[in-house]
Amino acid sequence: MKKIIEGKAYVLGDDIDTDQIIPAEHLVYSLSDPEERKNYGRTALSGVPTEGAGLPEGGQPFVKEGRTESEYRIIVGGRNFGCGSSREHAPACLDIAGIEAVVAESYARIFYRNSVDGGFFIPFESPVPLVQEIKTGDELRIDVEAGTLTNLASGKTWTMKSLGEVIEIIEAGDIFAYARKTGMIPG
Amino acid sequence: MGMTITEKILAAHAGAATVKPGDNIWVDVDVLMTHDVCGPGTIGIFKNQFGEQAKVWNQDKVVIIPDHFVFTADPHAKRNLEILREFVSEQKLPHFYDAGTDNYKGVCHIALAQEGHNRPGEILFGTDSHTCTSGAFGMFSTGIGNTDAAFIMGTGKIWVKVPETMRFEFNGTFPPYIMAKDILLQVIGDIGVDGATYRAMEWAGDAVMKFSMEERMTLCNMAIEAGGKSAIIEADEVTADYVKKRTDKPFKIYHSDADAGYYFKKTYNADEMQPMVAKPHSPDNKALVGDVSDVKIDRSYIGSCTGGKVTDFRAAAQIIQGRKVKVDTFIVPATREVEADLHKEKIGDKSLAQIFEDAGASLGEPSCAACLGGPKDTFGRANGKEVVVSTTNRNFPGRMGSKQSQVYLASPYTAAASALTGRITDPREFLN
Repeated sequence: MKKIIEGKAYVLGDDIDTDQIIPAEHLVYSLSDPEERKNYGRTALSGVPTEGAGLPEGGQPFVKEGRTESEYRIIVGGRNFGCGSSREHAPACLDIAGIEAVVAESYARIFYRNSVDGGFFIPFESPVPLVQEIKTGDELRIDVEAGTLTNLASGKTWTMKSLGEVIEIIEAGDIFAYARKTGMIPG
Repeated sequence: MGMTITEKILAAHAGAATVKPGDNIWVDVDVLMTHDVCGPGTIGIFKNQFGEQAKVWNQDKVVIIPDHFVFTADPHAKRNLEILREFVSEQKLPHFYDAGTDNYKGVCHIALAQEGHNRPGEILFGTDSHTCTSGAFGMFSTGIGNTDAAFIMGTGKIWVKVPETMRFEFNGTFPPYIMAKDILLQVIGDIGVDGATYRAMEWAGDAVMKFSMEERMTLCNMAIEAGGKSAIIEADEVTADYVKKRTDKPFKIYHSDADAGYYFKKTYNADEMQPMVAKPHSPDNKALVGDVSDVKIDRSYIGSCTGGKVTDFRAAAQIIQGRKVKVDTFIVPATREVEADLHKEKIGDKSLAQIFEDAGASLGEPSCAACLGGPKDTFGRANGKEVVVSTTNRNFPGRMGSKQSQVYLASPYTAAASALTGRITDPREFLN
């Protein structure tokens, strides 16, 4: 587990659903083939309506035309992030695009669980809405052990909600590593 | 304190006498279902974690139902079906409803019920968020991702956080123009798209228990649109009759205790329910049908796990019979069984299929089809700025294809009435 996560923020609103994160027409690609899976990086967040893509201005593509990786490392979201489908392609596509953490006010449960069990990135919960506090492109710094988020652009720091019991799975890496560590399945 | 049905089922599968909300437990899984969109990814993780030669924990408990991208020329979608075939053959899995064969069924949640895989008291996980549909059978069922599915495939177990239960009780009698879909849209509108996050939604009351299994499935189907982990309806004779016709496997009926703890309880008067829609672009954006009757539509879509069962088409046909549709109308039966019923069931001397065809509607092949957009050549997909009234479950931006389209979720009655007028229409205009 990385102790410090740093990088540019990409800011989104409330109820970002899995069809916005990865529209269904793209779900045909292999997640295991190293070349083919890059399609998920290319199309990550391509379903977000233009006005909501990269707040506050909007109209900022998450991944630039012709690229498979995003320049952003941390997503800042509102309430109910990842609602909708159980498609694991949703957290996977953000991971493939280079996302290392999502900080949202709250999550839909399957997306949250998939993020943790699949070991894609850490889904942090913010204590207050951050959508007004952070702009797309701001440099952020997350101290994972301290559970703090700092906006290097404004100098403001927030203590995020505790990760609770899932910290054990996050520390192990994913649900398989956790199960091996705890003897649930043979090492 | 007593337990809810959900808590009792989870306790029984964790080998515990009792569980309480918030407990993290490991449960034994009775059925794991996957389909063509998430099956290949699940298989990939399973092999990566347990080895190329690994065998699934129990062949009889794995059910594979291709349904999403079946009728498309997309080469990747076709390749994904091949991955499922190879895996089924290598693992000798008995429950595979392969596309392009006589054994093809269609939409997984309806096929699970029709093929006897839904049994009261059991635990079913599926790689699809609408797996909560199976809760209509008094069982615990929920959607998971590929990683959790691969874990179950190898071990037969998974961790679950015991959810709190919210109880929605409907007493009295629903008016004849009201369907389960109206009730759902009312409740989701009341509690919001995250109103049941991490919780189980228990549907109860004498009005609910008068529903057929199909209507009960509709009611449980959209728990996920309120953020719910699962939905449940206590099994009764209606459930037992349905299940016994479709499987010889034993099952166990659980009841919630009178002193069970609930996070929330709300009682509705069934007689007061009104036809509802969810306006774009959220399932909780509720409105009375009567309040949006000035909205012109370009398309009516009747199908999916939510609104593509025989009861849904019977309702639609009741309104459409003897009339012509004014806008493009798509009829997509959820499964082959529903499709066969469209030809078998009659109103007067015409089959439901004949009624739709005579009215000028288009009938598609059983599958998820345009409910989730899908590849560009998908039947009924919104490819432009269409305003659609749909019996499906989600109206997120771009859900049915184009980001410019606008989707109003409604009951089959409302979708059918709207097809006849070209605007969102209260079914009471056509029902006596």
